[in-house]
Amino acid sequence: MSSHEETHHTHVIPEDKEKTKKIWRVAGILGFVTIIEFIFAFTMPRGILLVAIFLGLTVVKAFYIVAEFMHLKHEQKTLIWSIIGPIVLIVWLVIALMVEGSAIFSLRY
Amino acid sequence: MATTATIETGKNRWGGGTAPMNASYGKLMMWFFLLSDAFSFSALLITYGLIRYAHPAYAGSVEDFQFSTEYWPIPEKVFEAVPFLHGVEAPLVFVGIMTFILILSSVTMVLAVEAGHRMDRKNVIKWMLWTIIGGLAFLGCQAWEWSHFIHGTAEGLQVGGETIFGANLKVNQYGPPLFASLFFFITGFHGFHVFSGVVINFIIFFNVVVGTYDKRGHYEMVEKSGLYWHFVDLVWVFVFTLFYLI
Repeated sequence: MSSHEETHHTHVIPEDKEKTKKIWRVAGILGFVTIIEFIFAFTMPRGILLVAIFLGLTVVKAFYIVAEFMHLKHEQKTLIWSIIGPIVLIVWLVIALMVEGSAIFSLRY
Repeated sequence: MATTATIETGKNRWGGGTAPMNASYGKLMMWFFLLSDAFSFSALLITYGLIRYAHPAYAGSVEDFQFSTEYWPIPEKVFEAVPFLHGVEAPLVFVGIMTFILILSSVTMVLAVEAGHRMDRKNVIKWMLWTIIGGLAFLGCQAWEWSHFIHGTAEGLQVGGETIFGANLKVNQYGPPLFASLFFFITGFHGFHVFSGVVINFIIFFNVVVGTYDKRGHYEMVEKSGLYWHFVDLVWVFVFTLFYLI
């Protein structure tokens, strides 16, 4: 640190309206998808189809949060794949434990 | 920065002296921490799926649904209370409000990060403050939700000649014991993440106010805490679907 008093006149770059607009647009999409989920929750009969729709819409929301809010879409390809690649293990766990769950069910009932 | 040569060919990128992924060490490590945290949450949520799948599902119509320890409850019948509206059935309304609070606080966080890129301290302060308020509001909602879940409804549930009110780790009026255990564990683990997120955001907010990042010349810390905060929102999106909707 320099001994003299640091007077920083940091240069503020003016706001880019386009960028801010885009952020609010993504927020709008997230809110809209959530509202659609609510409508489906009360108008559709419960069942496999509804569960599939919910999971699909959840992935849509997750995509917008990770890609736009967390900015991953605009990172380098190596970084994107370092994060997305290992997610395959989660997919494996879902399949493995769902099979396990139904095996436990048929054993107990 | 001006002396750093931009390396176009992929060959030299990993040779050292440059950030090969165009992200600083701190940001990269935040990403990998979040990846490991994603595994923790996935394990919890998939366990919920496994245990739910291993229990009988309710077979009747939604209108005739009654609580029983014999089968897994329909979530919209469990989470239907709203503060100040005692006795009014409003399925999923309160949790919907919580979801919107968290999404909005995520938006204000992006706006704080965006202001940070422009070295706009005043706006970073404004948006960080809104983010912290959103986080605290969410925590308050969750405290109410837990309190209601633990104390239960006025009617309770008859089990073996005894009436059970609310939920604890041994027994609950909504369904099998594991239902409440998973509720406490998963929303608790997420709630603790929100809490630590608010603490981290507050520390960063304090640093912004005293001008630490203006002296440093960049607002990357806001970006890093932002990544964590968005991740908390991301996890809630999954908790919301898997715990409340399905």
